[in-house]
Amino acid sequence: MKIAVCIKQVPEGNGRIDPGTKRLDRSGEGALNAFDANAVEEALRLKDATGEGEVVLLSMGPAKAQDALRKALAMGADRAVLVSDETAAGSDLVATSYALAKALERESADLILFGQQAGDSDGAVLWAAVADRLRLPVVSQAAEVTHSGGKLTVKRQTEFGYDVIEAPLPAVVAVSDAINEPRYPSLKGIMGAKSKPQETVSLSDLGVEGERAGEQGSRTEVYALSDPPARADSKKIEDDGSAAQAILDFLAEKRLV
Amino acid sequence: MTTLVFLEHHGDELLKGSLGVLAKAVTLGDGEVAGVVIGSGVRSLADEAGKFGASKLYVADDPQLEAPLPQPRVDVLAQLVRDKGIDTVLFGNSVLAADVAAGLAARLDAGLNWDLSDLAQEDGKLVGKRPALQDSVYVDVGWTSEPRIALFRSGSFDPNATGSSAEVEDVPVALEDFSVSARMVDQAHEESEGPSIEDAPVIVAGGRGLGGPENFTLVEELAKALGGAVGATRAVVDAGWYPYSTQVGQTGKTVSPKLYIACGISGAIQHKVGMQSSGVIVAINKDSNAPIFEFSDLGVVGDVHEVVPKLTELVKQRKGS
Repeated sequence: MKIAVCIKQVPEGNGRIDPGTKRLDRSGEGALNAFDANAVEEALRLKDATGEGEVVLLSMGPAKAQDALRKALAMGADRAVLVSDETAAGSDLVATSYALAKALERESADLILFGQQAGDSDGAVLWAAVADRLRLPVVSQAAEVTHSGGKLTVKRQTEFGYDVIEAPLPAVVAVSDAINEPRYPSLKGIMGAKSKPQETVSLSDLGVEGERAGEQGSRTEVYALSDPPARADSKKIEDDGSAAQAILDFLAEKRLV
Repeated sequence: MTTLVFLEHHGDELLKGSLGVLAKAVTLGDGEVAGVVIGSGVRSLADEAGKFGASKLYVADDPQLEAPLPQPRVDVLAQLVRDKGIDTVLFGNSVLAADVAAGLAARLDAGLNWDLSDLAQEDGKLVGKRPALQDSVYVDVGWTSEPRIALFRSGSFDPNATGSSAEVEDVPVALEDFSVSARMVDQAHEESEGPSIEDAPVIVAGGRGLGGPENFTLVEELAKALGGAVGATRAVVDAGWYPYSTQVGQTGKTVSPKLYIACGISGAIQHKVGMQSSGVIVAINKDSNAPIFEFSDLGVVGDVHEVVPKLTELVKQRKGS
């Protein structure tokens, strides 16, 4: 089975938005989006279970996103493709999903995996947009994935409990971070990653027209940034046996009981 | 402006989150606001939804729409948006709604802004408020073309039962082959007493500081006394103390009840992003350096095993009197 895993490089730490461009500042240190490590791990497990196949990593971002890809290669993935193009900067969901779908079409994987969200934008939407463009079935919040006879069985976590969903391959699946514990790359894995193929492709390599990428290809915009509303004065008390009464009085004052 | 609100249901109930989004759409007061209910045997839900201020209710009622899967819903919505010239489609966040909204965005090449906490008309433009980067910055976002799609944080708005009535119109259901290739084979739902965590005006949440799963009864009793729901941190859900459906935080639910009482919760950023927009936050924790105290309205440095049961008794007495 050929599995493609879509991963993202996110800024190390809390991140900041550049007030000038109103985009996320990607100039500092980058890291592999932690949620994507779950998707890489699941791909490796599925490959191990079938005993054959290939795990291809796919990312879109600046050239240094190769570092995040190398980390996932060190976990055990076979090769990586980075879509990197200046005209892609500032792409929103519509533009990103279009370019990514084009890159995925080129790979024709049996299974396309995503992590459950991006740690920087908190986006948890890309897979459904990509699946629609590829006209493939999609299942998100997967807490368990099993594969047999060209068919996937996915246990999905929802607000109400669990759903069990079956989908034929090829399919798009976004895994929950509860699905597994991602492995740490071994020293051998880290050394081996350096010799694994890492390809960089441009938007024109993929046949993505300039007007469908970056700000031009996007349908959303950012107007302004502001500070979050401050919480009013907070009180802190030590319990001397009367704290429960103090809480009740506080709630009564706020008309909450 | 012609606005369409996706009204999600679970079983035979409309989700309060989506009715809240409908109420918000109505207050924007510009043009027609319609709702859409999609499912199987949902005609009566459409009638019910009509009481919440929409001027029109579309209903897509078909056995193929029974399971809460996103892709058939994208097909229905895409056609409805095109047929009726809808320029704005609004969703309350959920696992299902996020997938529907994103699929629809791709299908229509329409802009999607997600995780919005508010929406306003400013100088003739629709502007969404989006708390970003662990809510450390608020971003005003917009759309460069129509249709516009927005996905709101759960608990952003309260429903408003205006008692109005809406004209109900059936819409045709034509599904793509790939949209029906995923199939629901089983559903296991955790039935809980009392209000669900998205809908509850009060949430009492427990963390590792409770000491063990058996002590969740303290939290449950306080929640019951206050007419609220029980929440949990990721740490205790991962440890198997409490079900995932109650998890508040970055990888669980984002909630904003009127009152949030955190019991034995340290307030890690992962949890904070899920509850910091609550109206009033009360925290009880033994560790006076716990980060939760930095964003609580009232912080109590004390033992949850003592303070919580006492508080439950006091609330009961007050309600009884």
